[in-house]
Amino acid sequence: MGPVEEKGDTVSETPLAQEPDRPFWPVAAAFLAAGFGVLVLGVLTTVAEASADVKDWLAFSTSVGPLSGKTLISVGAWIVAWITLSLALRGRDISPTAVYWWTGVMVALGLLGTFPSFFEKFASD
Amino acid sequence: MHLTDRETWTVIHGMVLGAAFLLAFAGGAAGLYSLRPELVTAEGVRERTRRLVVGTWAMAAVAWATVITGTWIVYPWYRSSAADSPRSFLLANPDTKSWHTFGMEWKEHIAWIAPILATAVAFSVAYYGKHLIKHQGVRKALLVMFVAAFATAGIAGIFGAFINKVAPIR
Repeated sequence: MGPVEEKGDTVSETPLAQEPDRPFWPVAAAFLAAGFGVLVLGVLTTVAEASADVKDWLAFSTSVGPLSGKTLISVGAWIVAWITLSLALRGRDISPTAVYWWTGVMVALGLLGTFPSFFEKFASD
Repeated sequence: MHLTDRETWTVIHGMVLGAAFLLAFAGGAAGLYSLRPELVTAEGVRERTRRLVVGTWAMAAVAWATVITGTWIVYPWYRSSAADSPRSFLLANPDTKSWHTFGMEWKEHIAWIAPILATAVAFSVAYYGKHLIKHQGVRKALLVMFVAAFATAGIAGIFGAFINKVAPIR
C-alpha cells in the first residue's frame, strides 16, 4: 500500500517527498545571471564616472542621459547571461553553495559600484 | 484638488507602485519564510505555492514598472537643465546639494537592482513550484535575495520620497 496523502499530513509524510527532484541548474543560471547583471550596472556606473567619453556614449537618450545606457546595457547583459548560462549549465550538477557565493560577491561588487562615495573616487576632472 | 500630469506620474511611480511593491513583498516574504516541512501540510503546500508564485511575480512586475516609469518618465523632468528643475534647485544650494550628489545619484542606480533580483526569485519559485519545500537551502537563498531586492528598492524609495519633499516635480 502506497503512502496516503491526507489533508492533515505534513509534507514529509506525503507522496511529494517521494517525487523525483528537479535539477538545480536552471536556478543556478538565474542566480548567476542576476549577479552578473548587477555587477555590470556597478561597473558601468563607476566607469562612466571615470571617463567623460564613456559617460557621453552611454547617453542613449538625451532626456534620460547616461542612466539610459547604463540600465539598458545592464539589463541586456543580464538577459544574455541568463540565456548563455542556461545553455552552458544545462544538465550539470552544480554546487548550490558555490552559486550563492559567486552571486553574493557579484551583487556586493555591483552595489559597491553604484554607491556614490565609491564611484566618485574615480571621477574624471 | 488637482494634480498636474507630472505630479500624477510621480504619484504613480512612488506611491501607487510603491504600495503595491510593499504588499507583494510582505506576502512573498511571509510565504518564503514559512515554507517549511514542519509547518505546512500537503494541502497547505499547494495553496501557499500558488500564492507564493503570484506574489513573487507580482513583486518583480511592480519593480520593473517602478524603475521604467521612474527612469523614462519622471527622471527626465527631474534632471532637466531648466533653472526650476528639481536637480537645478538642489544643486544651487550647498545645503541641498547632497540630496542630488548622494541621494539621487545612489537612488537612480540602486533601484535597478531590485527588479533583476526579484525576477530571479520569481523564476526560481515558479520553477520549483510545490517542490521548493524540499529544497530548504534554495528557499533560504531565495529569501535572502528577496530581502536584498526589497532593501535596494527601499533605499531608492526612501531617497525618492525625501528628494520629492525637498524639491518636488511640478
